[in-house]
Amino acid sequence: MNEPASSQSLSAVLMHVLKRELLTAFRHRQSLINPLVFFAIVIVLFPLGVSPEPEFLKMASVGLVWVAALLSTMLSLDRLFQSDYDDGSLEQLVLCPEPLYLLLLVKSLVHWSLTGLPLIFMSPFLALMLHLPPEHLPVMLLTLVMGTPVISLIGGIGAALTVSLRSGGVLVSLLVLPLTIPVLIFGSGTVQASIDGLPILGHLAIMGMMLVLALTLSPFATAAALKMSVSN
Amino acid sequence: MGNPVLEILNLVCERDDRLLFSDLNYQFNVGDIVQLEGPNGAGKTTLLRILSGLFSSYEGRVLWKNELLTRNGALFQSELLFIGHKSAIKPSLSPLENLRYLMGLQQSFKESDLFMALEQVGLSGYEYVLCRNLSAGQQRRVSLARLYLSNARLWILDEIFTAIDKQGVAQLEKLLAKKANSGITIILTTHHELSMPNLRILSLNAASTIFECQTDNSEVTENE
Repeated sequence: MNEPASSQSLSAVLMHVLKRELLTAFRHRQSLINPLVFFAIVIVLFPLGVSPEPEFLKMASVGLVWVAALLSTMLSLDRLFQSDYDDGSLEQLVLCPEPLYLLLLVKSLVHWSLTGLPLIFMSPFLALMLHLPPEHLPVMLLTLVMGTPVISLIGGIGAALTVSLRSGGVLVSLLVLPLTIPVLIFGSGTVQASIDGLPILGHLAIMGMMLVLALTLSPFATAAALKMSVSN
Repeated sequence: MGNPVLEILNLVCERDDRLLFSDLNYQFNVGDIVQLEGPNGAGKTTLLRILSGLFSSYEGRVLWKNELLTRNGALFQSELLFIGHKSAIKPSLSPLENLRYLMGLQQSFKESDLFMALEQVGLSGYEYVLCRNLSAGQQRRVSLARLYLSNARLWILDEIFTAIDKQGVAQLEKLLAKKANSGITIILTTHHELSMPNLRILSLNAASTIFECQTDNSEVTENE
């Protein structure tokens, strides 16, 4: 009579979360496109507003691409948990018997693959437009591949902390921006070093460390923050 | 009968400077259907959230199978079905997709079961319609379809009859009675008059109104 509730395997649960995240994202396509449009517009308008000189643009290109990528990822962060919080699905996620941090890691990775990844695909075209020497493109792409997931993961902590507040949008940026500044510095610093002909392995190692730290630690912080927000 | 699934001991909870209940003691036994009763703001939802482990700013102890609830979270959660007054239904997904996800968090199931459960709650033919195009009652029914599938042993249901029509309520009452007979413990809140034979009622008299927030005169009565 008292058979235990038949439980799911962990991978099956993670697949359910993954499929559902992708489905809801694709049903709200316009909000996926917003950060990309923002990214493109900032980079396109910059030369018009400051100076179209190739020499100047070449100098500014790396930093500009990185700042725009950081800001547009930031823009999409506040809706990471908001609708789930409003309709109560966050409670269900917290009550899932599987470890919450793994479910949240999946959620963050989906967020990155829908905002960070498209940015990375767009960035070579925009960088070339800014006269970045083409031979440094691979380095720039590599730093973006290592850096943007860190922004998504750290941003998840901020989003989880502020999800129960009425107007969390500004607060997320204030909380998260300082933490992402090292990513920005080393991201653009790596490419700059490569342009200046300096060794970049040290820079890359530090970026790799930040990625590993964010991947392993931030889901725990996000899970703790979410549990707190849900219990309000 | 000395076989409590959940037990609360000397529970004291205060929210926004108001004492919701103090020294609350109660035992939920296997196969009980317990309805929490009380006026709006008496703390029914808060108590349900405490019992499901979602809310933890309280004093006193909540025991699950004679151990502290907070001790074995995952084990407890695998035996818990919680449906809150927010139904967790995504408007941009179809009933089938919503149900598949919500069940998927909890247990394994066959795809055909999902169709069967949706048919039980009167949503056959609506499986692929986006939930934003359904009525409030129909959306509520999507989350109630979980009741037909769940293997959980403890059901905590907050205002599940909201927006459900009369026949629907009667059908659900029958389902709950049947499940309780098979040994599932059900704790629920509703403002409907339930007509179930062995319903236990836990009434939370608003312990303190806004005007007397310092006094400590909560009374908990229990009638079978």
